[in-house]
Amino acid sequence: MSLLSLQDFGVTRRKRDILRGITLAVGQGELVGIIGPNGAGKTTLMRAALGLIDATGHSSLATLSAHERGRAVAWLPQSREIAWPVDVQSLVMLGRIPHLDSGQIPSDRDRAAVDRALQRMDLSAFRDRTVTRLSGGEQARVLIARALAQETPLLMADEPIAGLDPAHQIATMRSFTELASDGHSVVVSLHDLGLAARHCTRLIVIDKGGVVADGAPKEVLTPDLVRDTFAISAFLQDTPDGIVFQPLEVKR
Amino acid sequence: MNLCTDQLAMMVAGEGQLLSVSNMASDPRSSAMVSRAAAYLTNHGLAEEIYLMQPDLVLAGNFSAQATVDMLRRLGIPVAVFNQAYTLEDVRDRLTQMGDVLKQQDQAAMLVAQYDAQLATYREDVTLRPRAALYYANGYTAGDKTLAGQILTTAGLFNIATEAGFNADGIIPMEILVMAQPDTVITSRPYPGASRSEEVNAHPAIEALRRTRPDAALTSSDWVCGTPFVLQAISDMVDLRRALQANTP
Amino acid sequence: MTRLGLFLSAFVAVLFMTALVIGPANIGVAQSLKALVAGGEGPMTLVMREIRLPRALLAMMIGAALGLAGAAMQGYLRNPLADPGLIGVSGSAALGAVLAIQTGLAAAFAFGLPLAALAGAVIGVFLVMALAGPRGSSLTLILAGIAISALAAAFTSLVLNLSPNPFAANEIVFWMMGSLADRSMTHVWIALPLIVLGSIMLLSLSRGLDALTLGEDAAAAMGIGLGRMRLTLIFGTAAVIGASTAVAGAIGFVGLVVPHLLRPLVGARPGRLLWASAFGGAAMVLAADIAVRVILPTRDLKLGVVTALVGAPLFLHLIYRTRRDAV
Repeated sequence: MSLLSLQDFGVTRRKRDILRGITLAVGQGELVGIIGPNGAGKTTLMRAALGLIDATGHSSLATLSAHERGRAVAWLPQSREIAWPVDVQSLVMLGRIPHLDSGQIPSDRDRAAVDRALQRMDLSAFRDRTVTRLSGGEQARVLIARALAQETPLLMADEPIAGLDPAHQIATMRSFTELASDGHSVVVSLHDLGLAARHCTRLIVIDKGGVVADGAPKEVLTPDLVRDTFAISAFLQDTPDGIVFQPLEVKR
Repeated sequence: MNLCTDQLAMMVAGEGQLLSVSNMASDPRSSAMVSRAAAYLTNHGLAEEIYLMQPDLVLAGNFSAQATVDMLRRLGIPVAVFNQAYTLEDVRDRLTQMGDVLKQQDQAAMLVAQYDAQLATYREDVTLRPRAALYYANGYTAGDKTLAGQILTTAGLFNIATEAGFNADGIIPMEILVMAQPDTVITSRPYPGASRSEEVNAHPAIEALRRTRPDAALTSSDWVCGTPFVLQAISDMVDLRRALQANTP
Repeated sequence: MTRLGLFLSAFVAVLFMTALVIGPANIGVAQSLKALVAGGEGPMTLVMREIRLPRALLAMMIGAALGLAGAAMQGYLRNPLADPGLIGVSGSAALGAVLAIQTGLAAAFAFGLPLAALAGAVIGVFLVMALAGPRGSSLTLILAGIAISALAAAFTSLVLNLSPNPFAANEIVFWMMGSLADRSMTHVWIALPLIVLGSIMLLSLSRGLDALTLGEDAAAAMGIGLGRMRLTLIFGTAAVIGASTAVAGAIGFVGLVVPHLLRPLVGARPGRLLWASAFGGAAMVLAADIAVRVILPTRDLKLGVVTALVGAPLFLHLIYRTRRDAV
């Protein structure tokens, strides 16, 4: 079953095509990494696919009603905004909003979902702490937990691991992998090609307003592609411990 | 250049003596001598226009703009200042003062004599004084040390403000007024154009007082200044008192 | 949550009773309450039912309206400095009310006054939100508020000065500072429908405001309709502020102080802050109105003076803290 499908999808802003002619589908159990240089339109692609900005072509998510969409996909924006000094579990509980009817108070089911999300992000000890007093990395994990608590078939996250320490970067990618193996799908934009290569089941490379490559990491990250798209050379090897990808030099 | 001195001057002045009165003197809501005022030039109490009229003397009240009075004096025009009248006694003094200033002592003396004679007729003994309250915009009332308070008392009415501890002007809380259970509430005539200050007179509590008490008494231009017109105000209040007494067996 | 609710409602109830038994006329507590409930002829019933009851009811209604509007605006703009008084909404409502009174619209039909104030408030909220942008930064919000307040105050003064009624000009201070002196049940009835309607609209924003804690994108993706929220906020705020200002003038700082004090007690959640601020606002205005009657009973001290004396120092403190956090 396809959780997200885009057909001939494009975004035009101020009469300039930012994205055009994108067709792709994300099925169950995938961990899709969206990669590309700065300004390639990764964020725009995800926001447009969600229906948050106007777009041309077809997106299966944008056609849903606001309420249905809240149950179909969880969205974790790049800006880590937390406006008020609420406690961690209240913030994570916000992820349950799409599952509550108007006026309904959270049930045991919702609390269980919050507990699972906190556990996944290694935050159980923080649950009563005030979010705004936590470090930036901790806040980022709380926000990921909020998106996890939404328990949607699809999770879309814009650079969720930027600013985390290596252990939490790896742990976060692992929990995405777990979600994918549970039958959910995750679409994340990433700048760390090493982590992307290692954890994602599929990479989609965006450059110059279109999809330049789409497939398994080993097939996508060819020397030609990393040179043409990212202007670097890199070391790539399939080891017993998984794929190792290490950028080396700038190639202009 | 003052409503009250305007009126005194119009009464006392001889032929051709008075040149100009203030615009207030032509306002029917404040002035009791509107038609007489039409015979004179109108000023707005501004130093410039008054100076250009080149008068020999300017008559001002003690509440006239001090800056204007000072300016006129600096320009070499003598200004006679009249204090505001707070009592019925003051009315006699102001008439006499106006007579002195305008060199019309005889005319003034005649007006004072008329005033005294008329006033005496109202000073009858009243044993049963109906309770009255003055209630103006914003909840202002007047006690015994004011002209309005003296008009009430002379007319044989009991002024509730004195009971509530007011000597001069002051705001009487509506609650106190209601608790004092006046037989009549005397209010001011509303001005054109609405104002929130005058809304107190339409308050349901005040209207309830009116329903049970014969009233709709209103103060008029006769009340404003310490001139012999206060006699007319007293006369109106005596009528009101008699009407009240006729209603209460 | 329920404990705070119980405490706040008990506090409001105590203040409401206090407001009923305190007044310049010296009536015993038992006597006054008996006159209020049992009725009967006599001045005491008149005082209780026509003077003190409407005053206490209005203080409660208007306080709740101001607290609620403040909490809703702060939640939507995610800015603790948003207060309907400070950002010019009350001022615009006062202008609408003054225009209605001076043109005779208020006298022409019963709801002319509050509806005109509502129209003024809509323009005020709309301008502030347009100028301050979706996530109002403190600076643009306050600057927009100053500009709108000044403009509304200037027009209000102009209209009152042009009035043929000599008392009108003296009322500028009433419209700027607010007072509940000598209001009647008529005022309760004209303000109540709009305050109830606006409050329902604002309370319905609860979940949306919670979601906005995460920013607009995240809230929109969770199924929160931001466009509808914005409209509900504009008209809800305008309804409660318009109706309040129409009968009591512009009372400032309640919408600033109350949410600030209660925020820690509701875990900073903007949705829960809404109802808590409604209770807190009712308590604050009741207390302020008791204070003006106890301190200077015969001088008609303006309510806004008391709320500003409490609110302005807090406002300064918040500005200071906003600056410190920004560094």
